[in-house]
Amino acid sequence: MPLLNRRRSARKRSRDTGEHKRPAPRRVQPRPKSGQPPIIEVEDGTVVYPGGQVALDRLSLQIGRGEFAFVVGPTGCGKSTLIKMLIREIEPAAGRVRIAGRDINELDPDRTPYLRRRIGTVFQDFKLLPNRTVYDNVAYALQVIGESRSQIRRKVPEILRLVGLQAKIHSYPDELSGGEQQRVAIARAFVNHPPLLLADEPTGNLDPVTSIGIMQLLYRINRTGTTVLVVTHDRDMVDKMRRRVIALEEGRLVRDEDASGYNQDESTTEFAARMRAEMGIGDEGGTNGSG
Amino acid sequence: MLRFFGRIAFFLSEAFRALRRSAAPSVAAIVTIVVTTLLLGVLVPVLRASESKASEVRDQIGLQVFLYRDATRAEIEALDQELAGIPHVTAVEYCAPACAKRELAAELRGDLEGSIKELNSNPLPPTFKLELDDPDNLEAVRAALTPPNSAGEPTPISSAIDPPIGQDRENATKIREVTGAVKIVLLVIAALLLIASLLLVANTIRLSIYARRREVEVMRLVGATNWFIRWPFMIEGVIVGLTGAGVAVGILLLGKVTIVDPLADDFALIDNLSTMGFAPLVAMLVAAAVLVSALGSGITLRRFLQV
Repeated sequence: MPLLNRRRSARKRSRDTGEHKRPAPRRVQPRPKSGQPPIIEVEDGTVVYPGGQVALDRLSLQIGRGEFAFVVGPTGCGKSTLIKMLIREIEPAAGRVRIAGRDINELDPDRTPYLRRRIGTVFQDFKLLPNRTVYDNVAYALQVIGESRSQIRRKVPEILRLVGLQAKIHSYPDELSGGEQQRVAIARAFVNHPPLLLADEPTGNLDPVTSIGIMQLLYRINRTGTTVLVVTHDRDMVDKMRRRVIALEEGRLVRDEDASGYNQDESTTEFAARMRAEMGIGDEGGTNGSG
Repeated sequence: MLRFFGRIAFFLSEAFRALRRSAAPSVAAIVTIVVTTLLLGVLVPVLRASESKASEVRDQIGLQVFLYRDATRAEIEALDQELAGIPHVTAVEYCAPACAKRELAAELRGDLEGSIKELNSNPLPPTFKLELDDPDNLEAVRAALTPPNSAGEPTPISSAIDPPIGQDRENATKIREVTGAVKIVLLVIAALLLIASLLLVANTIRLSIYARRREVEVMRLVGATNWFIRWPFMIEGVIVGLTGAGVAVGILLLGKVTIVDPLADDFALIDNLSTMGFAPLVAMLVAAAVLVSALGSGITLRRFLQV
């Protein structure tokens, strides 16, 4: 299984990077680094829930294109609120949220669906449809945005190969392990190759071995040029990932570290091996352990 | 174009999938729509028929002016002229006691005919029959016949008139009251049933939204447009409405063929009375059912599917 995965992912990676490094036509603001605005730019974002509870308190952060970043913090620190704010599920009471340089809260509400088509989302509870097969779950995401049947027939098997579920294509979600279900969810989120992937506690329901597999998959997606933002409370795992970590506490940013010295060019296999070694888990676990 | 049909197919399959899954509330909504449509389907022709019947009766209403038996010929002739001059009176007919007796005999044909013939004298008064242009002017004509005197009491225009002025008015009022009451009761029942259908369709759609909340959530997450999310529910509601209307129309057709049509052969009455053709009636019922169900789904979608 790992061998198969590696070969496929290598081939996929070259194709996907070719596809997604192409800059999409959008309003370009002059930026010192890359010449393009950061993919996520939050300026003094403040979210207050109806009860008066402040979920985010003047949070400011920037995430550049192609980054792999973590948001950590204890329960109730505003991590999930951040995700909801980024997909305009909730609007900030104050401050600005820019995705690829555009203030999403100034978009016409009718345009919100089109914003969400450019952002993949993955959740702790997978949000799969239990009465549809793996194939249909992924195809559903394409159907509801009006994708043609031939495109669906081409894209779905392709993305299921990428996440390593080509053998389970006709299984129903309850016949899959937690890790496999999360892979389906990731496939659904990534099937349109969005430039940004948000994951809210993607490994929250999974054991460490399976979690590494999921992280490896997210890293593989990141290597295709997609920005990946993972929200998690698993600080231990994050520290070992050696990626950028944004720490929130009570809705405020308390730490933003570009974890020094990590190897940008680490391959996904090297990454997984290192993670397993650091967490003291053997290689035999595989990626499909039950969750 | 292909993509368009693909979407329609998608909406339809989603709607039928939802209907299969939430069969019980769908059936409840369909049954209510059947009952409502059936009632409307019977009510509308009946109401229209009763309306035409009532106006027929009203058209026959006139005013009878009874005279004293000792009224002289000169008095009668003068009164004839005077009556014809009253506004709203279109025709004046004098009926002498002999004429009144003939009419009474004709009316009582059978039981009492013999006993009337046995009468030695004719007790019936001479009568003037007035025809009016409109039954609603009855009171005006009556007032013209009995203007108030110096003491303010209504006094007949001629001493030959035997007050009170005879009237078919009570009958007319009764007919009007009865048909009016029946109409109001039926309309209230129909309105209540319409509201019940609307709410039941709304409830069916609400349950369907609840049953499909995961789908809706996923659709929103992956960026389906609002109308893409709403259409399957709209279609589901309209399917419920169409099914209900279809069943009701089927029952109505059965009733028409087995009950009304054979009767209509025997009694021209029924045929004449049904002022509405079957085709326009069916079209109206189906349109109403679809409208009600679309409205029901629409209300629910607005309330519970804020995207």
